[in-house]
Amino acid sequence: MTAAGNPAVTPARPTRGGRFTVTWVGVVPFFVYVGLFLLLPTAIIVVGSFTDPKGGFSLANFQGINKPYMLKSFQQSLIISAISAGAGAIFGSLLAYAVVTGNPNGILRRAVMSASGVLAQFGGVALAFAFIATLGTIGFVTEFLLNHGIDIFHNGVWLYETPGLILIYVYFQIPLMLLVFLPALDGLRPQWREAAESLGGSTWHYWRYVAGPLLAPSFLGCTLLLFANAFSAYATAAALLTQGGVLVPLQIQALITSETEAAQPGLAQALALAMIIIVVIVMSLYALLQRRTSRWLR
Amino acid sequence: MIKARRRKLRIFRFTVLVVMGLFFFLPIGAMFEFSTRGNSINAPRTLDAWVQISQTPGLIKAITVSLQLAVITSIGMVALLLPTMVWVRLRLPQISRAVEFICLLPLTVPAIALVVGLRPIYRWIEINIDPSILTLAFAYLILVLPYSYRSLDAGLATIDLKTLSEAARSLGAGWGTVMLRIVIPNMPSAILNACLLSVALVLGEYTVANLLNFQNLQVAVAYVGLTNAGTSIAVAVGSLLLAFILLMVLALVGGRLQQQNYIPGQRT
Amino acid sequence: MSAEITRGKAGIEVQLQDLSRRYGPVIALNDLNLTLAPGELVALLGPSGCGKTTAMRLVAGLEEANGGRVLFGGKDVTDLPANKRDVGMVFQAYSLFPHMTAMQNVAFGLRLRRKSSDERRQRAGEMLELVGLSGFADRYAHQLSGGQQQRVALARALAIEPTVLLLDEPLSALDAKVRSRLRDEIRHVQLEVGITTLFVTHDQEEALAIADRVGVMQSGHLEQLGPPTEIYSRPATPFVAEFVGLTNRLDGNVKSGAVEVRGTRLPLVQPDAADGPATALVRPEAVSLAVDGDLGTGPMVGTVIAVAFLGATSRVTVDLGDVTVLAQMPTATAAAHPAGTRVRLAFRDDPVLIAREEKAAVEA
Repeated sequence: MTAAGNPAVTPARPTRGGRFTVTWVGVVPFFVYVGLFLLLPTAIIVVGSFTDPKGGFSLANFQGINKPYMLKSFQQSLIISAISAGAGAIFGSLLAYAVVTGNPNGILRRAVMSASGVLAQFGGVALAFAFIATLGTIGFVTEFLLNHGIDIFHNGVWLYETPGLILIYVYFQIPLMLLVFLPALDGLRPQWREAAESLGGSTWHYWRYVAGPLLAPSFLGCTLLLFANAFSAYATAAALLTQGGVLVPLQIQALITSETEAAQPGLAQALALAMIIIVVIVMSLYALLQRRTSRWLR
Repeated sequence: MIKARRRKLRIFRFTVLVVMGLFFFLPIGAMFEFSTRGNSINAPRTLDAWVQISQTPGLIKAITVSLQLAVITSIGMVALLLPTMVWVRLRLPQISRAVEFICLLPLTVPAIALVVGLRPIYRWIEINIDPSILTLAFAYLILVLPYSYRSLDAGLATIDLKTLSEAARSLGAGWGTVMLRIVIPNMPSAILNACLLSVALVLGEYTVANLLNFQNLQVAVAYVGLTNAGTSIAVAVGSLLLAFILLMVLALVGGRLQQQNYIPGQRT
Repeated sequence: MSAEITRGKAGIEVQLQDLSRRYGPVIALNDLNLTLAPGELVALLGPSGCGKTTAMRLVAGLEEANGGRVLFGGKDVTDLPANKRDVGMVFQAYSLFPHMTAMQNVAFGLRLRRKSSDERRQRAGEMLELVGLSGFADRYAHQLSGGQQQRVALARALAIEPTVLLLDEPLSALDAKVRSRLRDEIRHVQLEVGITTLFVTHDQEEALAIADRVGVMQSGHLEQLGPPTEIYSRPATPFVAEFVGLTNRLDGNVKSGAVEVRGTRLPLVQPDAADGPATALVRPEAVSLAVDGDLGTGPMVGTVIAVAFLGATSRVTVDLGDVTVLAQMPTATAAAHPAGTRVRLAFRDDPVLIAREEKAAVEA
């Protein structure tokens, strides 16, 4: 973004008050477009959440959220998001550390970064199927282990339930963590380690007093980002848990594809609004923490 | 003492990278394996599932349509976003913060939530404009905004936009010429970067298409998967490979722009 | 707790014996021998890659030597890791921990040594006062200028009363004006505390200004070690002559213990040099210019093409037709022959060094 200040060269046309309008015309298409396809849907959601079937203002939709099965969906969504974010953060940061301690221009680093770029986007249907092919009832690993006497589905086929979903989410959470956390690790200057050492600090001291506190905001922020990422995810769960059910995105799906939609049109919108609010809060915290990090670890 | 530390680090790195490598390539390998399975455990490997892709009409159509959507979205993104960003940089720098905020907004709106608000709009579009699946491009453009904005912004920061455009305009070029002959040729990797990210996103998109009742690539894969697991997994592997190739190209061509610690507005 | 606290330990002798370090096929340091007397400031001077930073890092314990020993006060510390060596180090950049205030930075080493918080605060306060930053205790690194950051780094290094102070090009990342002021402050603090100090730099002006002795290094070994005046006026090798200060390279011919340069016979630093062609190294201060009288022609007559005003002195560039010569003199004297004047050169009668290498001089 260029520094504000210098007005650009004025066009040759002799406009007076018209110049103001002409300048703003240039951005009208963008704002109209975004208004139509981003702000309008959001407005529809907000308005619809507070509208009852007869068209009047009402909070009934939110009471619809207050039912046990719905609350359970929120709980499940939050638990799965939290666990996958936590696991993704821990393993992702270990992987990031393994990458960052190598040659910065080496082929390993570039290959891992590119692979992460792909795998972080590799979600949804393809990923669910990949795991079915790996750990499904006739999956590659399942059969391999069976041939060696281990039945991983002894106590039930967990792949299609919460544990399976968490595992699959971790698959794209780890690369995402690598991508967003690596810059912070990169920002750790070797001089800080050497200074800590020359002042008498051991490796433990360095991590406890220097690197740890410096990385903490970024680590926390990135974990929050992972949380928002998992919370918003729909496609994987939809492909995997084909009977629908206990996640908020799946509840939304059930509502808008079922015939009972007419009875409670606002409920889906209330759920959508709830999701948006949760994600906005989490992402705002993420942005705040990233700002702190960038001050220290430019 | 230092040697001991170095050795510990080497062991750590090796372990982590090997374990992670296994974890990540196992499912991909399993997909290959699954899609080449014969009828029974002991049957030889076969490419039947892959061949059947071309014999499943829904799949071919879905693949074609998704590729078309990817292209339309990319072009639309550049056509809408680039002129706007150039204009803001040159004429309205005071709203650049607002534009940036708007472009990053879609990151905070989950697709599953957005689609709830899109449904009435798309019902209207279906009736009044066109029921074709290609209208999905409207929604996709919003989804790719954050990634495209960042790429294009980084690219615009490296060229002296003000000087170049003033020079061109003083020589008589209209805005169209400035965009086509000055701006775009001077930031090829940023534009390529933005386009490839858009393509990858569009090809992997499921949520919006599914809930607006359109049959794009991923929706078709899911649908076919209910009856013919092998073929749908073959398609899934194919789309993954394609995304991988695209992003490899990105890494080779647009390498510098991907650095996260790039500070926009700072020129060397 | 009196003013004596700033004295810390009495200076300790530091010895580098036959230190070697190699990285694969590259030899960074080749049997370096150097002894720092207690309380002495030795500057290691040289171009990048000469091994000066490697030598310092070996003293600090941040790298392991392939051969040789490091001794602090007679005690062999070669096998000790960096965190057990009790050294104070100041880096070129990014010295301070960004998430700590100046006070916390300075007190960090004390904290690691389990000093009580009162002790830490007192000692850190004294150190900050020593470097002139008493009021800046609560500032963070990004709120301090480059020079201030380095002063805090110095305070932090000294707070732990180290055996030796190591400064790795501490001024290189700073503005010129800040550099000269800070350089003097560092020297002042070093003298007051009386700590043995090793100062690494590629800036010869810095080294000459503050060191007790200067060690000029090239390609992993010491070319010359001695007080600044000696390094400057009696360089032992052509490399030192050309790295430290400016030098004119003039073709000449050695005959019977003197070198004939453009018609003038000059004595040699090494009178037993073999006869034959050689390049004489003449300092600009040894060149004087005359404008009066009939200048005539000859190899010592030429035209002034530029006068560079350097403050108290000026540097005059004279074109002799086949070669350009630099002369340095007080500005008042230089005013007598501005650009365009025809002048006659004269060389002072000082012994000169000669070089016989074919290749061009090493970059300073």
